Amino acid sequence: MSGSLIVHQAGPALSVQDFGRPGYMAFGLSQGGAADRLALAEGAALLGQGPELAALEMAGVGGTFEASQDIRIALTGAPMTASVDGQPLVWNATQTVRAGQRISIGAALKGIYGYLHIGGGIATPQQLGSRSHHIVAGIGAPIKPGMNLPIGADPNFERPDQRLPVSDRFSGGTLRVLPSAQTHRFSKAEITRFESTEFIRTPRGNRQGVQLGFDGAPFSTEQQLSILSEIMVTGDIQMIGEGIPFVLLPECQTTGGYPRIGTVVPGDLPLVAQATPGTRLRFRFVTVEAALETSASSAQVQSDLKRAMQPLIRDPREIRDLLSYQLIGGVTAGMELGADDD
Amino acid sequence: MNAETSKSDPGREFPRLTNIGLSGILVTFSDELSEPANRAALAFRARLGTESWDGVEETTTSLTSVYIRFDPSHLSHEAIRKSLIALIESEDWFASSLPRKRRLWHIPTVYGGSFGPQLPDAAALAQMSASEAISQISSQRLRVLTIGFAPGQPYLGTLPEAWDIPRQSGLSAQIPACALAVAIRQLVLFTAQTPTGWRHIAQTGFQGFRPETETPFALRPGDEVMFPQVNEEAFANILAGDRSDNGGAVWEYIK
Repeated sequence: MSGSLIVHQAGPALSVQDFGRPGYMAFGLSQGGAADRLALAEGAALLGQGPELAALEMAGVGGTFEASQDIRIALTGAPMTASVDGQPLVWNATQTVRAGQRISIGAALKGIYGYLHIGGGIATPQQLGSRSHHIVAGIGAPIKPGMNLPIGADPNFERPDQRLPVSDRFSGGTLRVLPSAQTHRFSKAEITRFESTEFIRTPRGNRQGVQLGFDGAPFSTEQQLSILSEIMVTGDIQMIGEGIPFVLLPECQTTGGYPRIGTVVPGDLPLVAQATPGTRLRFRFVTVEAALETSASSAQVQSDLKRAMQPLIRDPREIRDLLSYQLIGGVTAGMELGADDD
Repeated sequence: MNAETSKSDPGREFPRLTNIGLSGILVTFSDELSEPANRAALAFRARLGTESWDGVEETTTSLTSVYIRFDPSHLSHEAIRKSLIALIESEDWFASSLPRKRRLWHIPTVYGGSFGPQLPDAAALAQMSASEAISQISSQRLRVLTIGFAPGQPYLGTLPEAWDIPRQSGLSAQIPACALAVAIRQLVLFTAQTPTGWRHIAQTGFQGFRPETETPFALRPGDEVMFPQVNEEAFANILAGDRSDNGGAVWEYIK
């Protein structure tokens, strides 16, 4: 049986996301899709369904939702205050929500992108093989109060609730970087300085990319402003203008003229996407061989997540323990994540 | 520190192979835009399409290069590099013919006036009168060199050398969708209203990106386009009768 998710209130940056639309670069369309792809995979593993199903991505703040029927949900990604009819919801776990109950999801406690997954997935119509709202390209529509989002049938409705221990990816850290199209245009000294510089995520950012701040001279190449436009991919660290770094996210443009110093290893990208303004980030070049050794295929990620799952125990003390990490830090994401064009 | 792994293969500058992250490789035919380098990129990508190697997930061209995205768990970096080098050496790509099944489009265009407010500036930079500029641009047969910046948005070239004019240093006011703008011997046919540094010289009714339709991307890299001049009245009539986003454009296969 399938029904719908009724949207009563919606934060300003809510969107339906799956893994996006690979294969359209030749037509100028970037893949798009969930900003934190691991969070999408985690939700699928928790609910025991295919990772291709769409979820609701919530940037900074969630909304209020009601199910038209009994559903299972899972919450992943940036932990947010969340309750159903006043009872707290557990992040990184599955729970059943009864027809007519209200799910309230507030501001992020850490990180930026939280995800509400529904058993059976959000079943809005596909465009070009995906349900993702590509904000920059204008494919799909924003989530507004009053909308009824269709949801798919949930064959696993009777499955016992699960939880997934998740390591913190909301506090920045050191990201692995690989060479890209213009890495060779940067001098060795610039590469060394880049690796020894501490960056912070600035308030400027959206699903296209995030700007980084740092102390020191801009990172530029000799022909900074006259390089022929070249393909760009998600994860590229582009030195805009005189040399201001931006890390590109799933809705980045497909070509660009400013040089890229390198590209972040895909597995480390959630650390950038989830970095709130002020979060510290560092970069370290690795070899393709080293990156490949630790990079799991999507099938491998899915089976690793499946193995890591544990039954959700409904002991109040246990639940308090599960929630505890959410209470550390308590950084609320800024609301700078609209579709403003960089 | 291994940025050196992106260096070119020894003994040959072009075509150059460059790793792009974990799962990509770039075949660059030139660091400067030229007709032979663009043709080489289009022809090489077309050949990759017919080769259809296992593990290759996507290919695309930029102005002078071909990007190949592959699944490194099915096709190793070493293996794809070896195959690419063999393919590169099998033919003189700069001299190869363009892919078949390309189309020639004729897109009715209004030049100057309120439909192309920067035509006089652009013509002055190209050191000709506005009417000379219109007759030159409207009679050119231009190639879709690449599609990018926005979905379905073509970069067309190359115009005669006089048109090697710079972009504006600042972004101009919003340019409308379906507008034609010029810089660096190329035209861009905009798909959406956007600020740009390119000079707005003309207007069409041709929408390159149609996400709600069965052919969301009207143009393909390698297609050719002409922008014949129509007057404002004819243009208004075309728009009034157009339900296709084509703006009166017609196409034929290039023989």
